[in-house]
Amino acid sequence: MKVLGTAALLTVALALTACASTPTPASSSSGPVTVRLLTHDSFVLSTTLLNDFTTRTGITIEVVAVGDAGELVNRAVLSAGKPEGDLLFGVDNSLLSRAVSASVFDPYVSPEVRHVRPEIADSGNGIVTPIDDGDVCINIDKVWFDKRGLTPPKTLDDLAKPEYAGLLVTQNPATSSPGLAFMLATISKYGDSWREYWSKLRANGAIAVNGWTEAYTSEFSGAGNSGSRPLVVSYSSSPPAELIYAADPAKASVTTSTMTDGCYRQIEYAGVLAGAAHPDAAKAVIDWLLSPEVQSDVALSMFVFPARAGVSLPPEFVQYAPRPTNPEELPADEVGANQQQWLNDWTETFVS
Amino acid sequence: MRSRGLAVAPVSVVALFLLVPVIAVLIAGVRPDSLHVLSESRTWRVVGFTALQALLSTVVSVALALPATYALYRLRLRLRRLTLAVLTVPFVLPTVVVGLAFRALLPENLNGTLTAIILAHAFFNVGLVVRVVGGVWSRLDGRMQDVGRTLGMTPFNVFRRVTLPYLRPAILASTALVAMFTFTSFGVIMVLGSPAQPTIEVEIYRRTTQILDIPAAAGLALLQLVVVVVALIWSAALQRRTAMLMRQSSAPPLRASSTVDRLCVLWTYLLALALTLPVVALILRSLRAGDQWSLQRYQQIFAPSGGTTRDIDAFSIVTTSLRYAALATVLAVVLGVLGAMAVQLATRRGVTLEATLLLPLGVSAVTIGFGLLLVSIHGPVDLRGWSFLVPLGQALVAAPLVMMLLLPILRSIDPRLRYVASTLGAGPLKAWWAVDGRLIGRATVGAAGLACAVSLGEFGATAFLARVDEPTIPLQIVRLLGRPGEANFGSATALAVVLLTITAVVLTATDRGRKQW
Amino acid sequence: MVNGLEVVDLCVTYEGESLLSHLTVHIGDEIVALLGPSGSGKSTLLRCIAGVQQPKTGRITWNGADLLAVPAHQRGIGLVFQDPLLFPHLTVGRNISFGTRDSSRVAELLSLIRMSGYADRRPETLSGGEAQRVALARALAPQPRMLLLDEPFGALDTDLRRSLTTEVRELLKSTHTPAIHVTHDEDEAFAIADRVVRLADLQRSSPF
Repeated sequence: MKVLGTAALLTVALALTACASTPTPASSSSGPVTVRLLTHDSFVLSTTLLNDFTTRTGITIEVVAVGDAGELVNRAVLSAGKPEGDLLFGVDNSLLSRAVSASVFDPYVSPEVRHVRPEIADSGNGIVTPIDDGDVCINIDKVWFDKRGLTPPKTLDDLAKPEYAGLLVTQNPATSSPGLAFMLATISKYGDSWREYWSKLRANGAIAVNGWTEAYTSEFSGAGNSGSRPLVVSYSSSPPAELIYAADPAKASVTTSTMTDGCYRQIEYAGVLAGAAHPDAAKAVIDWLLSPEVQSDVALSMFVFPARAGVSLPPEFVQYAPRPTNPEELPADEVGANQQQWLNDWTETFVS
Repeated sequence: MRSRGLAVAPVSVVALFLLVPVIAVLIAGVRPDSLHVLSESRTWRVVGFTALQALLSTVVSVALALPATYALYRLRLRLRRLTLAVLTVPFVLPTVVVGLAFRALLPENLNGTLTAIILAHAFFNVGLVVRVVGGVWSRLDGRMQDVGRTLGMTPFNVFRRVTLPYLRPAILASTALVAMFTFTSFGVIMVLGSPAQPTIEVEIYRRTTQILDIPAAAGLALLQLVVVVVALIWSAALQRRTAMLMRQSSAPPLRASSTVDRLCVLWTYLLALALTLPVVALILRSLRAGDQWSLQRYQQIFAPSGGTTRDIDAFSIVTTSLRYAALATVLAVVLGVLGAMAVQLATRRGVTLEATLLLPLGVSAVTIGFGLLLVSIHGPVDLRGWSFLVPLGQALVAAPLVMMLLLPILRSIDPRLRYVASTLGAGPLKAWWAVDGRLIGRATVGAAGLACAVSLGEFGATAFLARVDEPTIPLQIVRLLGRPGEANFGSATALAVVLLTITAVVLTATDRGRKQW
Repeated sequence: MVNGLEVVDLCVTYEGESLLSHLTVHIGDEIVALLGPSGSGKSTLLRCIAGVQQPKTGRITWNGADLLAVPAHQRGIGLVFQDPLLFPHLTVGRNISFGTRDSSRVAELLSLIRMSGYADRRPETLSGGEAQRVALARALAPQPRMLLLDEPFGALDTDLRRSLTTEVRELLKSTHTPAIHVTHDEDEAFAIADRVVRLADLQRSSPF
């Protein structure tokens, strides 16, 4: 009987622990609250901005980074309705439909959205609020091409031409966010024949590595890196980074540029997580993310473009990060429905 | 009759806890959209790579281990205890730490290669092979070889036709175990492998967390389960034959007399030395910041400097880890003791029940984590975010090891002792406690230490179950490794050394209970 | 030239301890029983003759030719221990044919030890006496020029010992195999051997 007794005790202990540790939603009384912001590892904002916000509103923002954007959204999907935070920043337009169909968010669009640039203002479908955007574009090592007297490629078609053989490094779309965006750009541009395009790229000696860091710092020849390939999939905001991150910005120069064809627009959103303990505070944080002071900080802290119209950009961005005029884009629900199949197709085409 | 009643309780408790995640995966896995993953060519590339790395890792582990086994168990060796400890301790080190240690040790161009994976797996498993084969080899009567010689066999032929066949069940049993462990290896591959070449285990994780393709993950988990079950049944059958051979008396170790003997001794020392290198490299790496020696990486993890993102400080991560591990240890020991009793009772009843109860030993940590995740989402009660899930997952990973440690002790108890106790007037429970309970008591302390070490370093199950704001040390290490930059890598190594230190303290404190292992 | 086995002035030490000192013995075409208390070095002598142990000094010859330089597997001297030491992974038949390429002799040897039909049995299914008879057959199979028996009945009960003693003597005589039979039992020694010697008497400086 002792054994049965132990088993019973164990069950009771488990049940007790269950009661003790189930997160209890705190009452949303006024007064100092801490909201938890779930985001990706690339999230950065100036500490002074955060402190000002707390002083002004009594709301402390606890930022928890959860890997890359894909992991962030998937965790939110798995815990939908029982979130690990109050709001989420960093779901982008290629991941949005997945999150929305899993009811991750309680619909909330900040009233501040009226100040957002019209081309992206409504893209959150009334559920999330756009905060910033950026473009994934081919980056070009200008020095490399100048030295050889070669004209850099201008279009996606050019990349498959023999004169640019063996020059491109991209990222695996299954493991890298810019890699995924570039693949989506080719799908948007070439439609059903996108796989043939990738077969040509492959035949032309393009390679895919696993992450942006590896591609940019190890394989790319430009921006002071030691690689051997002068074409890399990166962001349209990468060239100004050469100046901003330079040891001595006064002496530094920009040696890279972007190809304006075949860019893919990534829009990042923030939303209130369904079941949040502090939904009102979370909404206040989203409003604040669209405020002029935060919006004018995002360019230099995260290398993205503010969603709010009329926010002045740093001069480096104005000069070296031109926005592509006709970026590629795919409807979020189409991406959501097909992404997995596309990734498998890409692997079939490019890797095996 | 009463002893059968006694068996029902532990069997059902153990079955409930250890098999629930497996059953959850089975239920999710047999749906048609799950099995679809088995028709993708990518899946079979992943399976192929998993099998290839497991096969090569196993062959290398066994080949490295056999000469050392001979020297350690047949020859007189100076510093034998120390050497044996150096060879066997890696088996219980946290996989993530070992992966990182190999990244610190190996040149950059080996990072992410098959070679690196094989070396790290050999590092883990050499000790396992040495233990399993050595236990049998030490009991091989030396006169058996003399008989072979006088029947006209050269020393080489005696080895081939007498020693090797005698050792074969033990070698195959250890091969099956190593193959199973490397087939389901997760932490090492995550840290050391290339994302372009995942194993099934990593692919299950990727499909769940990165692609959110849960049906496919379940299909893969099911596939892996099938492979593991086959390996387990095979290994269990071999273990029985080994146990039969073990009844021979043991032979005293001899002085190294031939050139081959001396080479084996040299090999053993070199192997032990080589096994210390990754850990040394890890510690040295954690003491570097930029180009100089400093404790900066440690300061950084214990008092992370500002920035926007709240980087959880190492104190609270360590506290979280210890809290989880303590709970997991208690649970693992309870489940392990009950499980061992159940297997012990089941052994008399048939192999099927025994294999069923040993199944959790082969179920990968990722399958356990994934299964518990499925239970927490789809179970009758919504358990997501329940902080007891993490220690529960860790306990399910550790409990089979506790069982493995206690079973031989229970099996070695002469059943007549219990009859004696019964004839002296003790009821079945009292007789059990008076005989078995007392004998396994001390071993339980050792098993608890092992369970605690395993829980602290557990990664596969924890990765699925931990809340984002409460990472354990291994999770934080992998999270840091996912971020670019030398500073993050340095912090990861410092955190790994912290985990290594805690693990060493736990294992040393409970060492006495494991003397017999 | 001396026929048969000659051991001259043999000294064996192990880790500085003397196991045998200045032992000399000659064995012709005969069965010799070697008597001595346990621990007196009887087994050591057999191991040196068989070649699985090396003496410190002394000489071992066969028909005048040096044996010490010959490795154990080429000496053609069989050895049977107190325990049968059958190879557990082989059947009875395969145990017997282990030392000979000629497996046709298995049936003949099995009938010699009166165990016909046992060829496919596993060693663990045999009784102690059966196992020891198989061990004897296994040692005889390669037709050794001499057989060394190291208390082969030591683990068996008295009745079985008595019947086996006669059986083994007949076996050795019928195969014309000279043998050294080590025992501490005088009755057994006289029953099996043509000649009985005591180990203590052999260890002098003068030739026997």
